[in-house]
Amino acid sequence: MMPDMLSSSLQIAAPELILAIGAMILLMIGVFMGEKSAQTITGLSVAVIIIAALWLILVTPLGVGFGGSFVLDPFARFMKILVLIGSAAAVIMSVGFAESERFNRFEFPVLVLLSTTGMMMMVSAGDMIALYLGLELQSLAIYVLAAINRDSVRSTEAGLKYFVLGALSSGMLLYGASMVYGFTGHIEFTQIAAVAAESGRSVGLIVGLVFVLAGLAFKISAVPFHMWTPDVYEGAPTPITAFLAGAPKIAAMALLTRFTVQGFEPLSDQWQQVIVFISIASMAFGAFAAIGQHNIKRLMAYSSIAHMGYALVGLAAANTEGVRGVLIYMTVYLMMTLGTFAVILAMRRRDGMVEEIDDLSGLSQTNPMMALFLTVMMLSLAGLPPLAGFIGKYFVFMAAVHAGLWPLAIIGVLASVVGLFYYLRIVKTMWFDEPAEAFVPMAIELRAVLWVTGLVVFPVYIFVSGPIFAAAEAAAKTFF
Amino acid sequence: MSALLASYLPIVIFVGVALILGLALLVSPFLLAFKAPDDEKLSAYECGFDAFDDSRMKFDVRFYLVSILFIIFDLEVAFLFPWAASFGTLGWFGFWSMMVFLGVLTVGFVYEWKKGALEWD
Repeated sequence: MMPDMLSSSLQIAAPELILAIGAMILLMIGVFMGEKSAQTITGLSVAVIIIAALWLILVTPLGVGFGGSFVLDPFARFMKILVLIGSAAAVIMSVGFAESERFNRFEFPVLVLLSTTGMMMMVSAGDMIALYLGLELQSLAIYVLAAINRDSVRSTEAGLKYFVLGALSSGMLLYGASMVYGFTGHIEFTQIAAVAAESGRSVGLIVGLVFVLAGLAFKISAVPFHMWTPDVYEGAPTPITAFLAGAPKIAAMALLTRFTVQGFEPLSDQWQQVIVFISIASMAFGAFAAIGQHNIKRLMAYSSIAHMGYALVGLAAANTEGVRGVLIYMTVYLMMTLGTFAVILAMRRRDGMVEEIDDLSGLSQTNPMMALFLTVMMLSLAGLPPLAGFIGKYFVFMAAVHAGLWPLAIIGVLASVVGLFYYLRIVKTMWFDEPAEAFVPMAIELRAVLWVTGLVVFPVYIFVSGPIFAAAEAAAKTFF
Repeated sequence: MSALLASYLPIVIFVGVALILGLALLVSPFLLAFKAPDDEKLSAYECGFDAFDDSRMKFDVRFYLVSILFIIFDLEVAFLFPWAASFGTLGWFGFWSMMVFLGVLTVGFVYEWKKGALEWD
């Protein structure tokens, strides 16, 4: 490789390099300072994420590096900013938990940094090998994170379950990638699209496509590859669940979008069927299965399954409007998820964390501010106007309608109505049930995350929607 | 494209032969072998005397840790060999790529050392 080509590639990948080198330096600081360094490392890792984000926004040029493997276009930049916000917020929210639960492991922020590096690579992947490398870096760090509380049986079980099923999905993805390579002779998405446009569909190519889609559907936890989600969400320590629900979903959705829309644009009739199916299945399953849940982390797991289904409605449209809908939906989803998990992390009594929905009883009397914010989050997750959640759903459903996918949009609206039931049940528990024992006061960092996300969900999004929609529009245009 | 696919034909034949041969070896004992099991034949073989213990016993997790750490450095050697064999044509870019890789590996090695994973007690 020529030196000037290398330096331009490294410039494009600079935010990832900052994260990776930062993670290694922090690992060394942590291991030489011992367990007491957890707070320092947490603070420093947030600083590393912020530096990477600023570098990404202000310095890094758009372009293609490493011979087409690494792509930084407006779409990648948009998604990367979301990923960095999700990771930084998850690390910030872990501070209070680490203190109160004696969860002093400096490896947690370091693993989040490594996982974030993987996610940034996923978002920027321009070929199959970069796709797989990013996905594995992200996943391996998360397997360890899910099992990080190694003295807890449930945490270990969550980690093991996620690892076994994740390995299975990686196997399917690799098998699919080998089929795609075998039938097109290329691994780069743009080249695959060119060959597919020229030679049309062949059975082998479709089989490969479907296998890769199955592997990616596992990562975004779309039905029928969702079975790990509730157990892992429930078993993993709560700050890790907050991380799992945000950034990795966004990165996997970005990867799925790039793979389908960029790599298989000529075969959009073929993958649209698959996306429509998993979208409907996710929306319906997420809506009905969440009704019977008592544990709020499990409920959020089913809620996230349903939300991935809604985001896929936009992808099913397979045009600029649809991709723009996906981008807006993921932005709104990230805000709602972070806000809700800020409340879940604040569900702590003097004798420890609680996570049953009944523990929220009468929250409006014991802690009205928290109850008000959680109500806003729940109604936004349900998609009621004028909250941000409604805007997200509006854009994906309109994209589907304009693309002629009427039935999909109608099923989406019906599933939202079913979903409204369980979100409202939480609201009712908070406002109309007898008060349970009060929670201890909310930690300052959780309060900060909750205020920011709560105000974004309503009403700040109205004022910032102009620039965000413009950025999403520009990002979606990169593919068409 | 058909030329590309045809280049995979030897692999397909190899997989087919392996499949048939493997299945034949698996299935033929069921059909052909003479079976007369008794206690002695079914027990674990232990140099003539009775088995002391069940063969599925607990062992120290440190063995597992050491073998895992061994695998990491074993694979590294597998990666170093082709690099060393083609070192002459790789140039400085190839040299520094491997140095970066070894540097990352060293960070991991320092971590496991400081964590005490290499100490036996």
